[in-house]
Amino acid sequence: MEKRFMKGCEALAEAAVRAGVRFFAGYPITPQNEIPEYMSRRLPEVGGVFVQGESEIASVNMVYGAAATGVRAMTSSSGPGISLKCEGISYLAAARIPALIVDVSRGGPGLGSIQPAQSDYLMATKALGHGGHRLMVFAPSTVQEIVDLTYSAHDFAERDRNPVMILIDGCLGAMMESVALPEMREPKPESQSGWTLGRREGETRGAHLISPIYEAGLEGLNRQFGERTARWQKEDVMVEELYLDDAEYVLTAYGMAARVARQVTEDLRREGYKVGLIRPITLFPFPKESFRKLVPGTVKGVIDIEMAIPGQMSEDVAASLPQGIPLYEYGHSGGVLLDDADTKAAVLDIISGNKEARA
Amino acid sequence: MSELYERPKSILPNASSYCPGCLHATATKIIAEVIDELGVKDKAIYVLPVGCSTQGLVSWDLDIIGSAHGRAPAVATGIKRCRPDCLVFCYQGDGDLASIGLAEIMSAANRGENITVIYANNSIFGMTGGQMAPTTLIGQKATTAVTGRQLLGTGYPLKMCELIKELDAPRLVVRCSLRTPAGIKKARASILKGFKNQLEGKGFSFIELLTNCPTTWHTDALGSLDFMEKYTEKYFECRTFTDKEERFGE
Repeated sequence: MEKRFMKGCEALAEAAVRAGVRFFAGYPITPQNEIPEYMSRRLPEVGGVFVQGESEIASVNMVYGAAATGVRAMTSSSGPGISLKCEGISYLAAARIPALIVDVSRGGPGLGSIQPAQSDYLMATKALGHGGHRLMVFAPSTVQEIVDLTYSAHDFAERDRNPVMILIDGCLGAMMESVALPEMREPKPESQSGWTLGRREGETRGAHLISPIYEAGLEGLNRQFGERTARWQKEDVMVEELYLDDAEYVLTAYGMAARVARQVTEDLRREGYKVGLIRPITLFPFPKESFRKLVPGTVKGVIDIEMAIPGQMSEDVAASLPQGIPLYEYGHSGGVLLDDADTKAAVLDIISGNKEARA
Repeated sequence: MSELYERPKSILPNASSYCPGCLHATATKIIAEVIDELGVKDKAIYVLPVGCSTQGLVSWDLDIIGSAHGRAPAVATGIKRCRPDCLVFCYQGDGDLASIGLAEIMSAANRGENITVIYANNSIFGMTGGQMAPTTLIGQKATTAVTGRQLLGTGYPLKMCELIKELDAPRLVVRCSLRTPAGIKKARASILKGFKNQLEGKGFSFIELLTNCPTTWHTDALGSLDFMEKYTEKYFECRTFTDKEERFGE
């Protein structure tokens, strides 16, 4: 397997190309510019198409059109741009078009800051646009995991005929690590020809209609989507658990924050503290079971660590925790990075009973 | 007995759901006739907008994709870049194209995308019940301009052909009126030209069709044609603005 030393955003783009992505449309926004820049030179090498859209809105709609031909297509942006893409993402979901949406998040709300933050959890997992649809949301925490999850993202998208999201933050996107790159997969747009636009040479069939509007049948579609979400929850949850067997305090974090949480967990373990870690890899479906199985009394508290204030994932953690286990929050936001020493001190503070649980 | 007049092949035998007297139906028919004439039914992809013509979902027998309001040229760009062998066209109204979709149409035109955009301008938001459009004439009444459109605060009715002709990339920019048989003939020939341009890889073509909306104009069918003759065509000049033979980019 080919090994390279790569930046998170560029590794993501290369993994997408190797997964068979052959269409990219995007619009500049920090901190994800390395993705469109990489794609603009890489896609033509493999017979793919790069378009710099006039806006995030146009870009996601170009992806909507491209993906409707069966070509693996993607777009990327950061929070303010993802807000604009939400219209298109809702249409992708309604019209049942698979696509990959990447959010390299920064500080919010508003124009916020261009520095890294995990401010888009709620948007990504609850409402990428109007109408109540859901996307599978993957949150890698290393550059290698970015590669691995990006490489398989379209398999989920095509299986479900639904867009998927990869959510990282600006820090992970800019970080360089050594990665093993998977082999190049040949694109197979014809594998989707049961529903896509444009007859191919020799193909005889009736007309295909791809529609984001339903007059009769919308309730049926909503029901199908609900059943699919339940299936994701049963079959597709990805989570990493560490030292839960005897943990008295369980840290939980995703993405970049999970790297700090892991370090703190290992450090405290070495010092004799019984701490554990739950790292959601799919943010939706959320690994509810990992929290539900925690035993009140044995587990004295769960500590949610995020680069967001207030914590956003902590809402899902709270909803999954059994009664009697208090939930604490620690984090920074607005571009202030988490730091091992401060985070460890904050966790110790919580363990010592000096901090109030989340209301 | 031979058939002298038949339904175009790309139209399904369903009842049209357009209002009586609405010229969208005429536009639909001439586009379908042109597709027949070129023999491209099997390679045509129709990008539907949001508006009255969204009802095309049930009347066309072509590969169709419904798009978000105003975004059809961006959707068509994505399709055409992946399937250059197909004939990709948008049919958009004036609310869709000249208001919410202004960025998408101007940018697609400026990129010289090898697509064909047919623009139906009836100076009103029809589907939503008659609100003022960017193309509503000064003095024309609308549900959001009950005493008639005023210059101050809403500006002038937007002339899309005149905007697009300023770009260098478009190959064909033309405005026709569907009010008269002569206008319909001219429109049909322009659509044919626009499709041919695309099939020959020449680049972006823009065909504006002046149409009516008897329902929200509160007239009958003939009254709406009178209105078009007296007012619409006086403001929106019907002519060819751009007609370039050479392929864009060469």
